[in-house]
Amino acid sequence: MSEQSAPEQETAAAGSVAVEDQAVGVRAEARATATGTPVPAGGTIVPRWLRWALVGSALVVALWLPNGLYPTVAVDIACWALFAVAVDLLLGYTGLMSFGHAAFWGTSAYATGLAAINWGLPFPVAVLLGALAAVVLAIPVGYLAVKRVGIYFAMVTLAFAQMVYYIANQWRSVTQGENGLQRVPRELFGLDLTDEYYFYYAALPIVAGGLFLVWRAVHSPFGRVLVAIRDNPARARALGYPVHRYKLAAFLLSAFTAGLGGGLFAIGHRFVSLDVLHWTTSGKAVIIVVLGGIGTLWGPVVGAAGVTRLEDWLSFAGFEQIGLVTGAIFVLTVLIFRRGLWGTLAHWLRRR
Amino acid sequence: MGSEGSAGQHPALRARGLTKEFRGFRAVDGVDLAVAAGSVHALVGPNGAGKTTLFNLLTGFAPPTAGRIELAGVDLTGLAPEGFARRGVARSFQITSLFGQLTALEHVELALQSGSSLGWKFWRSAKLMRRYTPRAMELLDMVGLADLAHTTADALAYGRKRALELALALALEPSVLLLDEPTAGMGLEDVDRTVALIAAIRAGRTVVMVEHNMSVVGALADRVTVLQSGRVLVEGPYDEVRADERVITAYLGEGAVRAAHS
Ligand SMILES: Nc1ncnc2c1ncn2[C@@H]1O[C@H](COP(=O)(O)OP(=O)(O)OP(=O)(O)O)[C@@H](O)[C@H]1O
Ligand SMILES: [Mg+2]
Repeated sequence: MSEQSAPEQETAAAGSVAVEDQAVGVRAEARATATGTPVPAGGTIVPRWLRWALVGSALVVALWLPNGLYPTVAVDIACWALFAVAVDLLLGYTGLMSFGHAAFWGTSAYATGLAAINWGLPFPVAVLLGALAAVVLAIPVGYLAVKRVGIYFAMVTLAFAQMVYYIANQWRSVTQGENGLQRVPRELFGLDLTDEYYFYYAALPIVAGGLFLVWRAVHSPFGRVLVAIRDNPARARALGYPVHRYKLAAFLLSAFTAGLGGGLFAIGHRFVSLDVLHWTTSGKAVIIVVLGGIGTLWGPVVGAAGVTRLEDWLSFAGFEQIGLVTGAIFVLTVLIFRRGLWGTLAHWLRRR
Repeated sequence: MGSEGSAGQHPALRARGLTKEFRGFRAVDGVDLAVAAGSVHALVGPNGAGKTTLFNLLTGFAPPTAGRIELAGVDLTGLAPEGFARRGVARSFQITSLFGQLTALEHVELALQSGSSLGWKFWRSAKLMRRYTPRAMELLDMVGLADLAHTTADALAYGRKRALELALALALEPSVLLLDEPTAGMGLEDVDRTVALIAAIRAGRTVVMVEHNMSVVGALADRVTVLQSGRVLVEGPYDEVRADERVITAYLGEGAVRAAHS
């Protein structure tokens, strides 16, 4: 049915469709093109053994993390990693810059918190419900947003996110307004998870599941279509791919993953405040992706670890202007490492 | 899809009063066009005549200001580009339009996959797309790209990119194939190869091509439509059109007509 509707601004001219779409591509371009080396669609030409070595060491690090860091920080890293990977699925693999993803992270945080408080559900079930709530919200937002490209897409997502923030602020009977949701329980079949250290391990399978979901999608036939859409949406349409529907599907997957992160964040902090819906939360997710490396999956994970650790360290040191420092680091990184930290490392390894 | 384009008395592709305005400027102005099933129809005209805009209208890339588009008698006006592609109308682009980071092989595999639901399966491995590899290699071989199958589009030379455009359009098994200047910017050798290829693949299809190279038009086209300032100037068989004074004027100016007569 949506095939029938071709609003003027949407199909206006093949040329403008292509040009505007490509303007979003902040991504690291020219991957190994100089040498003409074959590069698989989504990612890297890292040899297989190295890839498994990476996965292995990541697993070791993930299992060790709460022993080396404060467990609260470890939980935060895991949540933000999910969030950032979700944003990168759109930004890096579909060419869509969402500036309103806090709406999905935050909606899931509230929904998870409410489900846990009111129904006393086991926390993984509450988190899943939260993520599904984020998907439900993402259907209308995505439906309208994917018809726009470039900066207009970003503006539509931002506008919706601001609306959600406003509603949450007004709807005090549900969200408790500025007080936030207090004392969110951490139920799991009667296990005692009050200690963050144990909660981290209980949450880890959900984090791994979310990351696997995105990894799978990126390396699927679907992911191949997304990369084609990112590189040249007009061409993808000429091949018969309903580009809007693919973008919407990617948007929903992304909202789900961001929702998993937001739900865990709510359970992890046992508290949900309006901050989870604030536009700076969307901004932080984008910053993490750009710092880590757009269009890679390790990048957002590394970025999440770096930013969260740094923020914790700064606040521990009693630093008032945390945003100033992270902002400066952001600017420097973008100027020096165009591809982000992980993206630059991967690029450098590949060239040797 | 295939070649059922000959359905009854309907032309394979038909435009009725097709018009496109850009802020009051009529790039395409009331064009009527009937492309017979199984024919090769050339669209010629000076720069800015509206040929590419007409192609955009005929493939859903631009919504017409007025007029209709019919495919074998079925009204497709208002359909999105992917809708045209799915109904067997494939196009190539005048300005090469590829997926920069994907290899030539991945391009053709994607084109072959577009008819199936595999592209939705985000939970399956991309390795499943290997089922399209043999056919993709065949198509790449047809356009002379077999040995560059694993090169990314960005790294292909210009002529090779044009060839890949052609392979993509062919992969869709279209009943109607629209080629926007398929030989533009090619060396002589590549032009000959492309002409031979189009001659080979026209069987069972309808081809509409924009082409500036008159020897290519002469070698391939059954009929020619000359477009000028968005309107149809002349339409007819190649030999007639070539000798038409109005066409010579449109292309070369008044002087050429006098020269041709002296
Ligand atoms: N999106 C657009 N907005 C405004 N004007 C346009 C647009 N697209 C095309 N035009 C104008 O319409 C006219 C026809 O352009 P078109 O590209 O269709 O010509 P063409 O016959 O394909 O020329 P060429 O031989 O150079 O490819 C030109 O004057 C062009 O400037
Ligand atoms: Mg043109």
